[in-house]
Amino acid sequence: MNETFALNMRQAGNALRAVYVRELAAYFLTPLAYVFIATFLIALGSFTFQIGRFFDTNQADLAPFFLFHPWLYLVFLPAIAMRLWADEARGGTLELLLTLPAPAWSLVLGKFLAAWTVAAAALLLTTPIWMSVNWLGKPDNAAIFLTYVISFLMAGGYLAVACALSAAAQNQVIAFVLSVAVGFLFTAAGLPVVTAGLTAAFGPGLAEAMASFSLISHFEAAQRGVLEMRALVFYIGFIAVWLALNAIWVSARKGG
Amino acid sequence: MQALKVDALSKSFGPRQAVRNVSFSVTAGETVAFLGPNGAGKSTTLRMIAGFLEPDSGDALINGVSILSDRTKAQLALGYLAEGAPLYFDLSVRDFLGFLARTHGLTSAAAKLAIARVAEDAAITDVISRPIETLSKGYRRRVALAGAIVHDPPVLILDEPTDGLDPNQKIAMRALIARMARQKAILISTHQLDEVEAMCTRAVLIDRGDIKADGTPADLAGRTPSGKLEDAFHALTKPEKVA
Repeated sequence: MNETFALNMRQAGNALRAVYVRELAAYFLTPLAYVFIATFLIALGSFTFQIGRFFDTNQADLAPFFLFHPWLYLVFLPAIAMRLWADEARGGTLELLLTLPAPAWSLVLGKFLAAWTVAAAALLLTTPIWMSVNWLGKPDNAAIFLTYVISFLMAGGYLAVACALSAAAQNQVIAFVLSVAVGFLFTAAGLPVVTAGLTAAFGPGLAEAMASFSLISHFEAAQRGVLEMRALVFYIGFIAVWLALNAIWVSARKGG
Repeated sequence: MQALKVDALSKSFGPRQAVRNVSFSVTAGETVAFLGPNGAGKSTTLRMIAGFLEPDSGDALINGVSILSDRTKAQLALGYLAEGAPLYFDLSVRDFLGFLARTHGLTSAAAKLAIARVAEDAAITDVISRPIETLSKGYRRRVALAGAIVHDPPVLILDEPTDGLDPNQKIAMRALIARMARQKAILISTHQLDEVEAMCTRAVLIDRGDIKADGTPADLAGRTPSGKLEDAFHALTKPEKVA
């Protein structure tokens, strides 16, 4: 039993690494990652400076910059994740992948981590804005760093939803639309207008419960410089649940 | 030793029984044809052996290891070429083989040697750096076969490996399979009878999910007055007459 477990774990590691490298190559050896990163940075810059009025606030913080992260993740991250499993099904390589000597979860994790790395690269390339704020004033760098970390985890949440729905959907377009729709539900649940509406209709209990599942609620706490353990638990748990669903849906899509 | 033992595999899709109680075995050094018309249950059986489909009942032992209870270990001993020979077209031949080598646990040095070996065996050395999407169908099939043997498995399952190839490409593919036949247990799914006679030491014939015959191609052919495998195939698989 121990020998079987050790072999399974070793093979899971081998497959995870191989799938991660293969997917990362698929992103960076094609225009996909570059187009995503460039478009994301342009959009984030435009929102930060034009709508967020970064310079008009006269404050040495990145509030106008972080404000738009959830909304951009909501649209951009499904675009890089939608191909991950839908493409395997369309190209017939799902059978190749699922007959490899490795558990499905290792393949799921390999693909997810590759997409998350692309998101991390995009996030990393926004750091010149952080440097600019330091040049202009004296921001709370610890709070900004914390918000970056939570933003990265939040990106993982949106990506995990999109990866799972890529496995569940029949094609990339459906995967994208579903991911944006589901991502929107998990974003909107924490919006003041939604919580106020729910409180008025059903009382504060339901509104608070809904908000606790929102990707945006925990991010707002981080922006205030507050590191909440429950935020870390929420994002990691959220990612784990969606990756588990991903593995279940991948296994369920085996040929028939 | 039975390198592959298929033990009473059954599978239904809704009300349709695709495979019913299928049993047979393949020993090392044997090349067995898994023969049957389209829709007979060949690919479903192979997918269950390879661990892609869960059987409703039964099991498959690969090198003595159950695909159900020890899936990873069983799959490490198996080379599987799925129907249509799926490939990652965006990868080069070398990267594709490297990907499969790494997923089977080969170290970088071992993978390099293995890639060189299978590229030589499959006669794809001249295209090793080319993207797969630029290759002809014949080359693609050989790349897919090279991928199935990159970890040097003792058991090889090939689902219609020559389907859609031109006569020259078929000859090249058959020659490659024949070179591997001495050391490995090979199961080839096909409905091409010339392929069975050219390559296989035994044939297992399946129709509508049931095994209809199991013997040498000559045994099967001898079951009809004409002594032709084609007539035996027709007699054993012909559709029932409507009353």
